[in-house]
Amino acid sequence: MSENRPLVDVRDLKEYFPVKSGMLNKMVLKAVDGVSFTIDKGETLGLVGESGCGKTTVGRTLLHLYKPTSGEVYFDGKLVTDKNIGEFRKDMQIVFQDPYSSLNPRMTVSDIIGEPLDIHHLYHNKKERAERIAELLTLVGLNSEHATRYAHEFSGGQRQRIGIARALAVNPRFIVCDEPVSALDVSIQAQIVNTFEELQQKLGIAYLFIAHDLLVVQHMSRRIAVMYLGKIVEIGSASDIINHPVHPYSQSLISAIPMPDPETARHKHRIILEGDVPSPLRMPKGCPFRTRCRFATEQCAQSCPSLTDRGNGRQVACHNM
Amino acid sequence: MSEFDPNKAPVKRPFSLQLDLSKFEPATDAEKAQHETTRESTTFFRDGMRKLFKNPLAVGSMIVLVVILVTIIVAPMIVPYTYSGMITVNGKRDKTAKNLAPFTYSKMEQEAIDSGEKVFPHIFGTDELCRDYFIRVIYGARVSLSVGFFASLIVLIIGLLYGSIAGYAGGRTDLVMMRIVDVIYSLPDTLMVILLSVVLDQVLGQSLQGTALASIGTNMLSMFAVFGLLYWVGMARLVRGQILTIKNNEYVLAARAMGAKPSRIIRKHILPNCMSVIIISTALQIPSAIFTESFLSFIGLGVQAPMPSLGSLANAARQALQAYPYKLVFPAVGICLIVLSFNLLGDGLRDAFDPKLRK
Ligand SMILES: Nc1ncnc2c1ncn2[C@@H]1O[C@H](COP(=O)(O)OP(=O)(O)O)[C@@H](O)[C@H]1O
Ligand SMILES: [Mg+2]
Repeated sequence: MSENRPLVDVRDLKEYFPVKSGMLNKMVLKAVDGVSFTIDKGETLGLVGESGCGKTTVGRTLLHLYKPTSGEVYFDGKLVTDKNIGEFRKDMQIVFQDPYSSLNPRMTVSDIIGEPLDIHHLYHNKKERAERIAELLTLVGLNSEHATRYAHEFSGGQRQRIGIARALAVNPRFIVCDEPVSALDVSIQAQIVNTFEELQQKLGIAYLFIAHDLLVVQHMSRRIAVMYLGKIVEIGSASDIINHPVHPYSQSLISAIPMPDPETARHKHRIILEGDVPSPLRMPKGCPFRTRCRFATEQCAQSCPSLTDRGNGRQVACHNM
Repeated sequence: MSEFDPNKAPVKRPFSLQLDLSKFEPATDAEKAQHETTRESTTFFRDGMRKLFKNPLAVGSMIVLVVILVTIIVAPMIVPYTYSGMITVNGKRDKTAKNLAPFTYSKMEQEAIDSGEKVFPHIFGTDELCRDYFIRVIYGARVSLSVGFFASLIVLIIGLLYGSIAGYAGGRTDLVMMRIVDVIYSLPDTLMVILLSVVLDQVLGQSLQGTALASIGTNMLSMFAVFGLLYWVGMARLVRGQILTIKNNEYVLAARAMGAKPSRIIRKHILPNCMSVIIISTALQIPSAIFTESFLSFIGLGVQAPMPSLGSLANAARQALQAYPYKLVFPAVGICLIVLSFNLLGDGLRDAFDPKLRK
């Protein structure tokens, strides 16, 4: 049944970075430690978690920009490996967090957007290439006359739009959006988020939408995954997670969302986490969150909880909740 | 409630922070049009050149260098003397033309002038072997400048290749290559020149006899060898560092996500972004090579005798400093002018092209 097959299927993905501490002893930094999720066609999965928990690494390893330590990624039912990744470059794209370092300062906008067209030979003549570039610029809400300009002549929001146009150039079916709005002004964020949504409706693209801002993710996504120190601790539908978070870490994240309405905000109880974030190099035994968890017990120190099904498509990794 | 009239501004109350709309007036069409035209699109290169030509020091040193270049190319065609031969009058060697002051003539030349012949003036005078000093200084500058250019070229080629391999490969390759660089960096260069010129003199001296390379001399060859062996390490470090920083930029990652091959990434993304730094550092390498050459020639390790260089001319002039001080002034001023101009030009290039200094 190909209809029910997810577009992207990530199974037990791990990415360990070797890091040196001192002269000789090498350690591994477990940036992503056994992450599994699926994304359907045209769907958005939100990925949230505090900075340094491995969100960017998940996105990049998924695209084989980093060689995965272990685990599998299936795209449309086919296993993605180092050998055949070239076939998938047209289907999977990425939009980066920093609109400044993600565009080559020595290239004009038309060179930047035209590069994927050049690499995949997606045009027959110069005119066709120029037309496609103009079309992409219009699609992301830029003036097509800007094609001859250099990236440094644009504002952050405009540069992010150029980055989106570059990702769209190959007609991808899936885009990893790595905090695409967190470097932008709040007023611009909404515009870019809307652009992403419009493009999804028009072109049916699936997103892995990474953010640390829960409001943005809630707005964008049907489902949300919450990450903590390289692991997914809770995954489920957006409304379930926002309204009834189960994992203590998700609870504290949700309680920290600023409320637009002062009346509800007054009745809200904000959970402030105590304790330190453990160093990713020296992960505590058992549950990684137990050092900051209000409900931590003996069991949490003994074994690491795995994701268990809590009904309605929700999975939680916690012994107690 | 009355109808809302968009043309009638609400009344401003005292102490209110509300903007007083009556103080604003609509923009005219001309003003709107002016808002539309943004800054003219410039390329990185054009922008840099514009900045370079605004820098008076850089422009001044460019002019000085062009004048020097034109002089050393054109002067030997006009001046009828050679750097190695004695001055002759009507085919006879002029033994009286020794240590002449600028723009003076020897006895034999004076007689020739009196009998209606034309004698080209000795602009800088002559030396103690009756050779025209001006043409010797010109040839000295030629030698010094070519040493500067070729040494920098050697440094550039070796450093660029070595540094980009180390930087792009990374990991263990990079580690081993950079430790080799560290070892070479710690060798004392002057000592190496002296040792190499002694060794090369023994090894090459015989086989060079009669070839075109003989006039350059083994000292000069050993100097190039030292530049090739030792001075590229600075360039290699610089290139490697540049490539490491650029490699981590997200646009390189984006190119990989598009499926770009490594050769394309190096060609389109890495080299264009580190080219300016490399060119600037090459421009600054030239004066330091000229200076090293002059210094080595001054202590007698540079070019081989009749061939002059600015350093060896200065050394020769030192011996008769009391009697003929101007003989030291000409080559010394020459070295200063060349080195200073290249340094100022290099600084100007850096100010204009280094992306880190861009606004
Ligand atoms: N290339 C790398 N080499 C070594 N460590 C890395 C590398 N990239 C990321 N890390 C480490 O992995 C962890 C997760 O980083 P990242 O995925 O960027 O987090 P996030 O995007 O959630 O802020 C961090 O501790 C970071 O220091
Ligand atoms: Mg990140």
